[in-house]
Amino acid sequence: MKLVQHAEEAKAALVTMWTIRRFEEAVDELFARGLMHGTMHLSIGQEASATGACLAMREDDLITSTHRGHGHCIAKGADLERMMAELLAKETGYCRGRGGSMHIADVSKGNLGANGIVAGGIPIAVGAALAQTMKRSNRVVLSFFGDGAANEGAFHEAVNLAAVWNLPVVFLCENNHYGMSMSTERAFKIEHISERAAGYGIPGVTIDGNDVQAVYDEAAVAIERARSGGGPTLIEAQTYRWKGHSKSDKNLYRSKEEIDDWKSRDPIGRFEASLEDAATLSAEDIEDARSIARDAVRNAIQNATAAPDARPEELTDAVYA
Amino acid sequence: MSTQTLASAPTDSDAGRPISRSLSYAEAIREAIAQAMTEDERVFLFGEDVGIYGGAFGVSAGLFEQFGPERIRDTPISELGIVGAAVGAALCDMRPIVEIQFSDFTAQAMDQIVNQAAKIHYMLGGAANVPLVLRAPGGSGTGAAGQHSQSLEAWFVHVPGLKVVMPATPADAKGLLLSAIDDPNPVIVLEHKLLYKVSGEVPENAERVPLGKAAVRRRGDDLTIIATGVMVQRTMEATEALAAEGIQATVIDPRTLKPLDTATILDGVRQTGRVLLVQEAPITGGFMSEVAAIIAGSDALNYLLTPIKRLCGLDVPIPYAPQLEKAAVPQVADIIAAGRTLAQES
Repeated sequence: MKLVQHAEEAKAALVTMWTIRRFEEAVDELFARGLMHGTMHLSIGQEASATGACLAMREDDLITSTHRGHGHCIAKGADLERMMAELLAKETGYCRGRGGSMHIADVSKGNLGANGIVAGGIPIAVGAALAQTMKRSNRVVLSFFGDGAANEGAFHEAVNLAAVWNLPVVFLCENNHYGMSMSTERAFKIEHISERAAGYGIPGVTIDGNDVQAVYDEAAVAIERARSGGGPTLIEAQTYRWKGHSKSDKNLYRSKEEIDDWKSRDPIGRFEASLEDAATLSAEDIEDARSIARDAVRNAIQNATAAPDARPEELTDAVYA
Repeated sequence: MSTQTLASAPTDSDAGRPISRSLSYAEAIREAIAQAMTEDERVFLFGEDVGIYGGAFGVSAGLFEQFGPERIRDTPISELGIVGAAVGAALCDMRPIVEIQFSDFTAQAMDQIVNQAAKIHYMLGGAANVPLVLRAPGGSGTGAAGQHSQSLEAWFVHVPGLKVVMPATPADAKGLLLSAIDDPNPVIVLEHKLLYKVSGEVPENAERVPLGKAAVRRRGDDLTIIATGVMVQRTMEATEALAAEGIQATVIDPRTLKPLDTATILDGVRQTGRVLLVQEAPITGGFMSEVAAIIAGSDALNYLLTPIKRLCGLDVPIPYAPQLEKAAVPQVADIIAAGRTLAQES
């Protein structure tokens, strides 16, 4: 599917991207104003990979996500109000205030969860894919992870298991070029993380992760391969996080010029430009997409703020099922 | 090491109890797996060499032939990946049983056990379950030295979200494993490699031994011995010798370390006023330290005639040389001596 030829899908994708952006900006602001505690890992600048990959998935396909997972969650159809409520430590949040930003899941939407451990979700995705195979389901699992995760043992063990068992899983590495302050130049001897696919006998490809169409295209190929019994694929989507790693980041390890250079490759701006150039959407349509996203986030904040706080007297609930 | 049997399974068929016969501990585990897999197609076993090889200790021998390679699934040597895959499969409503070849190798998989399996249910506010079973043999006595002989139960007991069982008899190895498979939580089943060949009465049917219920193996008025794993068998041997000296001991096997049946333990302590805690694991920070703290923090303290005594492994990696290995963990003679001293203290 070429998004420029499908106005409805293109607008929906744009709304998703703007929703992620507005959600993250709102979280940033709530945190700065002292209305949100803990820490947050924002995905501003990385909206295309979450949106493009989830767009290529069926609704009943599954994902595992990361500590920088708000975008994946939104793109996989999560309820914004329950997400915001979780971040605001409310009883109505996805995890009833027990998980916070790094542990939001929505199993009913196929989201098996964000993860606070780098690479923690990758073996879990493989197990979910094994379950689909054993149940003769044709659902596919897509595992989001970052460049940092590709140096964890869990990545290597999981990709190998998926490869030898030919499981229906797509490994989507969002290479945002830094694991906290550690640049990929210093952390890898190879040029492309996707080269590691060869070590496991599976296809690997590097794409422009700030191009939602490119992400959609490669994800669709990999998902189709997985669904039809062709086994796993490693996709490296090159992108960049505009904000710091987390709330403690002072950006000492990268230059303003570098950040500005990546901002000029804004995935949302590029997508809007391509839609306008192709006359897929009018300026009014685009403005409408922005409004939809802004209003959705605003409503989520409003309703979540009014929700009851998580209750200390029920603190030990749910340690065991 | 004795291979004396422990009479623990119900055998009285006149009372309407199930028919039982003698099986080894390994055979009992295998039977539990086979019965669970027959009952529920979501149950499957995977791990290193569990297929045609039959498992490093022969536990899964014959299951591959019975159930095939998909459900008796060999894996590469990849503990973190295996346990992670079990977590993912469990989240998708399968019922994986992971065999980790030696419990020492759980160290390779700790992220998935501790940070993922144990916490997902809670971190998601109860929205998802992780019904997986991790079986792993622990313990010394095979000359395998420091990386193949540990007793690591305290690690797992310390993690909220995990349940931990340590079967000491063939009947419990079967019944506790069946309960572990039924349980909606991650359950760590710590088997003991010296017990695999020990035989005992085991019910033929798929009778469950409930998690969280201790077994009183023996009753006596002079002292109460609480022991886990292979130490239950050694303690039972020791109590025969003590009985010959006129010292009668109550022996309590917690069976499930978490959740712990504290009521049975405290009753046993109140009954005799003298308590000996026996574990194979190193003494410092061990499971019996927790038992001691529970006793000391309860009204049972008022019944104590002597201080609580712990008889545990030394704070040393398990050594290779047989005479060193034996000296590193409690043996039958050590339990006899400790029991005698405790019974005679005033």
